[in-house]
Amino acid sequence: MKPVFEYTRGMREKQQHYCPGCTHGIAHRLIMEVLDERDALGNTIGVSPVGCSIVAHQYMNIDMLEAPHGRAPAVASGIKRVHPEAYVFTYQGDGDLASIGTSEIIHAAERGEKFCTFFINNAIYGMTGGQMAPTTLVGQKATTCVAGRDPKQAGFPLRMSEIISQIDGAVYVERVTVTTPGDIRKAKKAIERAFNVQEQKLGFAFVEILSTCPTNWGMTPVAAIDWLRENMIPYYPVKQFKCVEGV
Amino acid sequence: MSEKHLKKGNEAFAIAAINAGCRYYFGYPITPQNEVPEYMSRELAKVGGSFIQAESELGAINMAYGAAAAGGRVLLSSSSPGIALMQESISLIASVELPVVIINVMRGGPGIGSIQPSQADYEQVTRGGGNGDYRTIVFAPSSIQETADMIYKAFDIAEEYRNPVIICADGMLGQMMEPVSLPPAREPVMGDAIREAKPYALTGHRWERERHAINSVWLQQDLLEEYIDSYWPKFEKAERELQDWEEFMLDDAEIVFVSYGSTARITKDAIQTLRKEGIKAGLIRPKLIWPFPFKAFEKLGDNVKNVVSVELSKAGQLMQDVKMAVEGKYPVSLINRYGGMLLSPDEIVERTKKLLEVK
Amino acid sequence: MSEAKKIFIAGFGGQGVLLIGQLLSYGAMYQDKEVTWMPSYGPEMRGGTANCTVCISDDPIASPFVSDNFDVLIAMNAPSLEKFEGNLKPGGELFINTSVVHIDTKRTDVNVHKVDCNRIAIEEVGSDKSANMVMLGAIINVTKAIDLDIMEKVFDHVFTGGKAKFIPSNLKALTAWKPE
Repeated sequence: MKPVFEYTRGMREKQQHYCPGCTHGIAHRLIMEVLDERDALGNTIGVSPVGCSIVAHQYMNIDMLEAPHGRAPAVASGIKRVHPEAYVFTYQGDGDLASIGTSEIIHAAERGEKFCTFFINNAIYGMTGGQMAPTTLVGQKATTCVAGRDPKQAGFPLRMSEIISQIDGAVYVERVTVTTPGDIRKAKKAIERAFNVQEQKLGFAFVEILSTCPTNWGMTPVAAIDWLRENMIPYYPVKQFKCVEGV
Repeated sequence: MSEKHLKKGNEAFAIAAINAGCRYYFGYPITPQNEVPEYMSRELAKVGGSFIQAESELGAINMAYGAAAAGGRVLLSSSSPGIALMQESISLIASVELPVVIINVMRGGPGIGSIQPSQADYEQVTRGGGNGDYRTIVFAPSSIQETADMIYKAFDIAEEYRNPVIICADGMLGQMMEPVSLPPAREPVMGDAIREAKPYALTGHRWERERHAINSVWLQQDLLEEYIDSYWPKFEKAERELQDWEEFMLDDAEIVFVSYGSTARITKDAIQTLRKEGIKAGLIRPKLIWPFPFKAFEKLGDNVKNVVSVELSKAGQLMQDVKMAVEGKYPVSLINRYGGMLLSPDEIVERTKKLLEVK
Repeated sequence: MSEAKKIFIAGFGGQGVLLIGQLLSYGAMYQDKEVTWMPSYGPEMRGGTANCTVCISDDPIASPFVSDNFDVLIAMNAPSLEKFEGNLKPGGELFINTSVVHIDTKRTDVNVHKVDCNRIAIEEVGSDKSANMVMLGAIINVTKAIDLDIMEKVFDHVFTGGKAKFIPSNLKALTAWKPE
């Protein structure tokens, strides 16, 4: 009998700590599948962030290290200098990438670094317990804005894909989501294109993955998916912002 | 003796680092160390290395972390406030046991401070300016020859101890020129050779070994305690094996100065003047300031009347180690300037005489 | 331990103040002497003041830093003369670039050497580009801090590439000044 679904060898057989309904697991698996399909797992070095996915290196079956909060793009830049032929990526959440790490991500894009960044945007600080993120929507409740984000006090959410796509060194920028099987297939395509960009040394590739955080949003997994589709996608349009030829 | 070159300290650092096999440099402009990144930006690519002008010192230290984790021989340089900005990641690099070499060309502080020479980072570099239990090994050159010799050695020490090593110079050593014999060029370990030479490095597992995870988060505190115990013996080894100092006119000295780096040179000048006037002065010059040369003080005898820390720091940062070293056996005093002001030989002589009058 | 000869050179940025000091230092190094060169450094890189200290000795030099008691002071401009002449030790050698400095020294206890750098450079070498080399020659002539003969080796080392063509004129400039 031919199996229709298997544990990808890109993932280590460990029980994950992510909450039920969290989409980190899907994002992890997609990246590992893409690398496995091009037989690149043995030649990949990943950088995990500070945040819920700090222990991604316990799950992904590749060489990996943890960056200090926000610094993953700088760390990846250093790795890529020593091993220019290895696949290098950063996996970062919204607090890590869009708040404390804006300087590093902007300048990695500016230098046209030849690695990929996968940006998990779930509009909340997950690991620290549900505080407001730079991507928290106006009116969205968090433990540091219990009445909902008030733009007069806390400003407006950052659209990172739009910002990164303004930078010449970033040659591939796409925002995807993983809320339906179709979206997941599209997300996988985007991840593939990002690694194609890296393989061909064309420049910096950035994929934003809109994700859910049922626990800190205070919703069931299904309600969280619906909330994402109804609230996040209108503010964070799912689309390709930039694509270099040949990928 | 090999051929002499006339070089600034900052240039000698850069040349000797490349000769030591360093191929990766990350930096951000800050006075008075800019000749280091300028030299590296011109020369590293010629020998197959890489230079990045980082977006900040935070960027630079984290590029260094990545490159060191990947098995590269890595150098950083900055000056006092820039080193302060790097401390989070110096702690992290120490915690995951990776080798990097960091030059601190000290300037006056606190805050943005001045750009003139200072030694007020003694505590920052010797006490580990970052969080948690770790040490950094710290060389303190006093001549341009030592800038070259010490950085050459620092890369080996960093790899032997798998730990950050700091070269603590100051604006005077960075900017002054002096003849220097440069150490011979060594072949660096690069590319695939890293896989064998540095088994800890991230190189891609190629399905030949377990995947490597370089990890500094320990959510179970008992495991972190065990982990700290696992690497701590290397710091005890460093304290046993790396203490190094120079003695100058020490044998019959009644006044023992303790001074390092550029200030030690000026102190030597003062000692010669004092000796001419019949005052028996001598010097202990730490060549490393961590581990501190406590052994140098064991031989001091009853003839010693005063021990004097001579340094560019208001707080007497070096003096705190001197006090620990003399264990209350001798009175300890301080001769200092700060904020970017230098001691002159004459000022040391005058203030020494004043100290003796008071006694 | 013999005393180091402490030479202090000061002027405007762009007058070759740091270069004069470096060339003296190379000369000393090639004669197997101990030498240190220490510049002022800071934000005034163009048009501001520049100075450097050169210490030359037969023995290791303890301090590259000299705040007073210079053996030799070279004032390439008037502000430098006014600011630093008090730091020259009695009996020291004072060189004044009279092309630029139109005031007199207040010191009467030092040996004054007036060097009209620009005029001499134009008349003897044909270009005021060598003005600082005229001063360097005067320093070597009077102080004997280094041998004049070593300067050819120094110039060969320092003036390379496109600058090599200035070596003959610079060598000529070194002997252009004659003591009064």
